[in-house]
Amino acid sequence: MSAVSSGQQTRPMYYLLLLMILQLGLHTAEGVWPLPQTLISSTERFPLSPQAFYFGYGRQSAAQQGCSVLDEAFKRYFSLIFPDYTSAYGILRFSTDKPFTVEVSVDRADCDGYPDENSSERYNMSVFAGRASLKAETVWGALRGLETLSQLVYQDDFGSYFVNKTDIEDFPRFQFRGILLDTSRHYLPVQAILKTLDAMAYSKFNVFHWHIVDDPSFPYQSRTFPMLSSKGAFHPMTHIYTQSDVRRVISYARMRGIRVLPEFDSPGHTKSWGQGQPDLLTPCYKGGIPSGTFGPVNPALPSTYQFMAALFKEVSSVFPDSYIHLGGDEVDFSCWKSNPYVRAFMQKMGFGSDFTKLEAFYMEKIVNITSALNKTSIVWQDVFDYHERIPKDTVLHIWKGTPASYHDELSRMTKAGMRVVLAAPWYINHISYGQDWRNYYTVQPLNFSGTEEQKKLVIGGEVCMWGEYVDATNLTPRLWPRASAAAERLWSDEKQTSNVDKAFPRLQDFRCKLVRRGIQAEPLYVGHCKQEYQGV
Amino acid sequence: MLVLLKFVVLLLALGSGQARQPHVVVEDAEPVFEPSKFGSLWPLPQKLKSTQDAFKLTSFRIVDAKDSSAGPSCNILQNAYRRYYEYMFGAGQKQGVFKLRRSGPSDLTGLQVWITSADSECDGYPSVKSDESYELSVIQPFAVLKAPKVWGALHGLETFSQLVYEDEYGAKSVNATIITDFPRFKHRGILLDTSRHFLPIKVILANLETMAMNKFNVFHWHIVDDQSFPYLSRTFPQLSQQGSYHPYTHVYTPADVKMVIEFARLRGIRVVPEFDTPGHTQSWGKGQPDLLTPCYSGPKPSGAFGPVNPILNTTYDFMTQFFKEISTVFPDGYVHLGGDEVDFTCWKSNPDIQRFMDAQGFGQDYSKLESFYIQKLLDIVTTTKKGYMIWQEVFDNGVKLKPDTIIHVWKGNQQQYQSEMANVTSSGYQTLLSTPWYLNRISYGQDWNVFYKADPQDFKGTEKQKALVIGGEACLWGEYVDATNLTPRLWPRASAVGERLWSSKDVTDINDAFNRLSAHRCRMVERGIPAEPLFSSYCQREYKGI
Repeated sequence: MSAVSSGQQTRPMYYLLLLMILQLGLHTAEGVWPLPQTLISSTERFPLSPQAFYFGYGRQSAAQQGCSVLDEAFKRYFSLIFPDYTSAYGILRFSTDKPFTVEVSVDRADCDGYPDENSSERYNMSVFAGRASLKAETVWGALRGLETLSQLVYQDDFGSYFVNKTDIEDFPRFQFRGILLDTSRHYLPVQAILKTLDAMAYSKFNVFHWHIVDDPSFPYQSRTFPMLSSKGAFHPMTHIYTQSDVRRVISYARMRGIRVLPEFDSPGHTKSWGQGQPDLLTPCYKGGIPSGTFGPVNPALPSTYQFMAALFKEVSSVFPDSYIHLGGDEVDFSCWKSNPYVRAFMQKMGFGSDFTKLEAFYMEKIVNITSALNKTSIVWQDVFDYHERIPKDTVLHIWKGTPASYHDELSRMTKAGMRVVLAAPWYINHISYGQDWRNYYTVQPLNFSGTEEQKKLVIGGEVCMWGEYVDATNLTPRLWPRASAAAERLWSDEKQTSNVDKAFPRLQDFRCKLVRRGIQAEPLYVGHCKQEYQGV
Repeated sequence: MLVLLKFVVLLLALGSGQARQPHVVVEDAEPVFEPSKFGSLWPLPQKLKSTQDAFKLTSFRIVDAKDSSAGPSCNILQNAYRRYYEYMFGAGQKQGVFKLRRSGPSDLTGLQVWITSADSECDGYPSVKSDESYELSVIQPFAVLKAPKVWGALHGLETFSQLVYEDEYGAKSVNATIITDFPRFKHRGILLDTSRHFLPIKVILANLETMAMNKFNVFHWHIVDDQSFPYLSRTFPQLSQQGSYHPYTHVYTPADVKMVIEFARLRGIRVVPEFDTPGHTQSWGKGQPDLLTPCYSGPKPSGAFGPVNPILNTTYDFMTQFFKEISTVFPDGYVHLGGDEVDFTCWKSNPDIQRFMDAQGFGQDYSKLESFYIQKLLDIVTTTKKGYMIWQEVFDNGVKLKPDTIIHVWKGNQQQYQSEMANVTSSGYQTLLSTPWYLNRISYGQDWNVFYKADPQDFKGTEKQKALVIGGEACLWGEYVDATNLTPRLWPRASAVGERLWSSKDVTDINDAFNRLSAHRCRMVERGIPAEPLFSSYCQREYKGI
């Protein structure tokens, strides 16, 4: 009875076969997700013992003990590598285990910095008897290598730990690999965000796109404009992000090599802003008088730009990343049209009745504000669609359309010399019955017509989890492991990872690793994990 | 409270097929604060009168009424008192102890629970015949909950807890209310599938807890299937030893099963186990040689196995012993025997089966062989004094059934299941509906309203036929569900089914339902259940169990 649709009857056997492959192939280095660029491993295996396992810095390494990012990472990855290990203080032990040392060397000691758009995440790793050597240009690359190492270690049926002899050269295919969380439609407790950052690191994502405010609520507590959240949040005390919450998220992300990209979307999607900032939004008119409702940000008032300049000045100092997301999508013109002052402004500016010009005017002013703050603007594709004259260093974010239409959009944007981030195929808030991860996996981001130069302008992609139907109760199982499918597309070589059926057992294995690490990643299909999720 | 986008809700539900924008296009739909006049009651009681007179709960206690037939030895009630007290006031709070002032004119000091019939059924198990009715009067100086049996009292306690709210100063209050309540349908079930994925006991218990919050009364435990056999049988331990995902970590021991049954009993919930045969039995074959039919490829066995082998006497000996055990382990009056989706190709390939078919004069009609098997199985189960439920195919294939058999309808589109319901009931059988409530099938947007609109008595038939519909079940098949995502996927979507099966047929106002259900879902969250949101909104106390 569990199968309503026809066709399901034939599938279980097929997966059974895959499961068998999984079981046979489980204890090899292929179990790394996302797949490294080159990976050579042999069946020669080395036992590991938590009592005789050490992280250390290579002699040539620019970073040495005291490097916050790596010292913290050693602590984290020790527990991830030895999930059963409970520290045995006070117990005398005469370990005869052979020591194993992971020697980490980086070229630059960027231990106190933040990852940025140019950070190298490349690393090389060799695992020999008694030793692994991990080399990277930056600490961020070393973090990726540690994640890989943690996935190479496995336990046999008796619980002993092993790692196989392995050589890896690895680097990301795309520089920008993001996850969007929406904290406006539902408030996400900081704990839920931190948990997501953990899981992001496991899949080698490196950008947390924080869609922090929107129409329904304004949870960001601004120090310049505290009324925004005290009026615009769902609750002014319990449903806000204080400055220290934000700092905590940023620092937690930094430790994991993840950038925090804040989005303050305007001029549309700003209903909640209006509650704490009078005169910011356009009053809509009905029959010659204000109707009492409000539309997008009012682009006709100088006070608007003073406010925005002050807000973005604050935002650019709170969020260290060099990017700020300015939104700019889905602006509804009907309210602007209804307002006589906006219409008069249009006349004055010579825009006629073309409201896209008004929108472009507004976005240009906002982009100029952020440029003056030395930030790179990133905007949703609408801004480009309506108005191709935008500063060349702006990054465009594609969210609409079918594969044909977003490929076409990629062509046009890159032809115009713009850098692009692709999100359209990865709206994973859209759920459906069955294995939809396959759709996320088989996306071909560069399969559009354009020159090599154009393709280089596609800086990456992003998985979006919009919040209408998602809050802390269901976020994690909806996000993982579906987002991991996109992670491999964005990190790994497309040729080596084009077979979705081959990916299936590896992703199942990875999903169980996530569960083991306390991430409630949902199942791909029937089956089990050795250690099931223990929560409810 | 909740911020609701009423109109958008409907818009979205309709437009969910379209490529979604990063943000919802919300036209002229301001967030509307619109609490229902029925507060957060879910499912809505049959009869309800309330006023705006609010009482504060001061030094509040839940106690047995003087004339109640259930006393301090009634575990079901004593446990329920504690449970609901904790729901209402939080665990460990010493409510009112430090208050010096005496209770005033607007205070309510207690709820008296009065079991009115001589036999409270305190020590019994709920059954399909249990009386679940209750009457609740919330007036000063104390509220009274009257019910003929403990089962009604449990529902009444849940209802009372739903009437309690926090006033603006955080004090617990309740409005003057009179309720007379009883379920529209006797059988209100949830199916969980522990074969495709193993569900830790903790998850099952949490969902029983949530079922009680939604007045569900049957846990249909689809305990085994093709993929795994986690039920540890005392008679045939090899079944789980060989057939489970793991013989120690992925099994339900007798103690586990007992715990589930008792936990359910304390919440007025029946546990109906399903042991589905002759199909859906791949995992049985691992621990019970010769039970399954060997499939042939040409003249030789292919090594694969099909459904239970219906031509061997050993099969029926096994089933006799097995169901004898089941009938003692599970106290409910019914067992579910499955009987769905039997694939004939393996039977067809097997020469011994073909000979048997010839000998029996079945020709090439394998549904006759299926009937032959099922009839023998039904006879076996009848000797254990259990009633049985079966999936609709058994009826469709014309197997001879006892008159008290319950036919479980699960197939087809709306038109098809409605005509199936008409057919089943015109043949005089009792029936249960699940087709519109396959909650494992997810889609983007709000689908609870689709579940909400389905009605098991919507089919062409006489009053007498309608009376044969004993209820329905929400099914959460396990292909894509395990402990990581089960609870938010089930709740509050199953709550929509819960109200359909409990409340009066004319409770159909979808906007009012949205308002009440939103509040109800926040209450579940507050009680620690990760019930997912219906739409953009917030709960005063968000889920903390991350």
